[in-house]
Amino acid sequence: MTRIELTVNGEKQSDEVEPRLLLVHYLREVCGLRAANVGCDTTSCGACTVLLDGQSVKSCTVLAVQASGHHVVTAEGLSADGELHPVQAAFRQNHGLQCGFCTPGMVMASVGLLAENPHPTEEEVRVGLEGNLCRCTGYHNIVRAVLAAAEAQAEAPAGAPAEAEVTA
Amino acid sequence: MIPAPFEYIAADSAAHAVALLAEHGDDAKLLAGGHSLLPMMKLRLATPGVLIDIGGLSELAGVAADNGELVIGATTRHADLASSELVRAEAPLLAYAAAQVGDPQIRHRGTIGGSLSHADPAADLPMAIVALGGSVQIDGPGGSRLVSADDFFHGFFETAVQPDELLTAVRVPRRPGVPWGYQKFVRRSNDWAIVGVAAVADRIALANMGSTPLRATAAEAALARGASPAEAAELAAEGTSPGEDMHADREYRRHLARVLTRRALEHECG
Repeated sequence: MTRIELTVNGEKQSDEVEPRLLLVHYLREVCGLRAANVGCDTTSCGACTVLLDGQSVKSCTVLAVQASGHHVVTAEGLSADGELHPVQAAFRQNHGLQCGFCTPGMVMASVGLLAENPHPTEEEVRVGLEGNLCRCTGYHNIVRAVLAAAEAQAEAPAGAPAEAEVTA
Repeated sequence: MIPAPFEYIAADSAAHAVALLAEHGDDAKLLAGGHSLLPMMKLRLATPGVLIDIGGLSELAGVAADNGELVIGATTRHADLASSELVRAEAPLLAYAAAQVGDPQIRHRGTIGGSLSHADPAADLPMAIVALGGSVQIDGPGGSRLVSADDFFHGFFETAVQPDELLTAVRVPRRPGVPWGYQKFVRRSNDWAIVGVAAVADRIALANMGSTPLRATAAEAALARGASPAEAAELAAEGTSPGEDMHADREYRRHLARVLTRRALEHECG
């Protein structure tokens, strides 16, 4: 067993874990956070996407011990005081989901994408989400949601608006 | 899927990692981003008894200029390579290649040293290093040695790195403004190349046309004789031995090599 110390959704965690424990299983089974889903389990589908030090990663392909000393954020950690994160609100507003299985991963990948590129084009959103599969093929509304979230986060109505309606 | 049990040791330094390799021998594997190793361990295709984690060693990460070369630390992640201003200016093909690996999540974790050590012949960075005429720094119990990219890849998933050695850095020539082209033929956006071609000036490297990344030597020789890109590209598949799978048979891969080489020599990226 190995002692790991990290923050999960801003809270300090300290646990004894088997080195082979995957981060997604640590989050789901030790921390009780069930947003990150185990989908393909082969680094393909992105359903297990979380943020590690602010960057999107697939938690089925990260060992919990590799996250020791770092900051992990799951979809549960996005909303504060019951207020949805702008990306979550945009997914809801634009119906960026069908069955919902890919949604936590899509939301986290989108949060990571917008942190790196706050004003993406539609093409950049589609390429930026290439690591996330929607088994319902509901991509159009997901892309609309990310573009709307970018607009909402920018706050300024001048700049890059209207792109969502025009190109999505 | 759960990996088989193993002992986990976080190395304090590159020298410590080399000492740990000497201590544990064949039973140990190095872990950095883990994006080739962990999927293999989950499938139990790899069952190392000891994992030596070098992912947190800052001495092995980052890009620096050293006279006529860029020196890229082994644990530099693909996303950092792709966004490095120095790499984009002086070895732009390498930055472009790093941006083609997998998807954003994979690029946040995967490292250049890991990709080269894994040596998948269909991967982006092995082909890029061969096209750039780079070299690889390897540390072991006997000290440090430098191996050229042309001599680094020995076979399918086999390299010059010995079980007691650590790949510490990658060196590529600084060549701002040199024309280059990059072609990666895939069916899915985050997949490995069915065939890939990278060209830097008169050097041409092929991905997935054999058990290692290959130079298109006949096409390079034709260029040296003054052939046009289109004429040289007709020779791109000479001397290659591509495999067959559900995506492409051998003849189709040879066809792709010719077409993609012409595009790469015309400095197209795609």
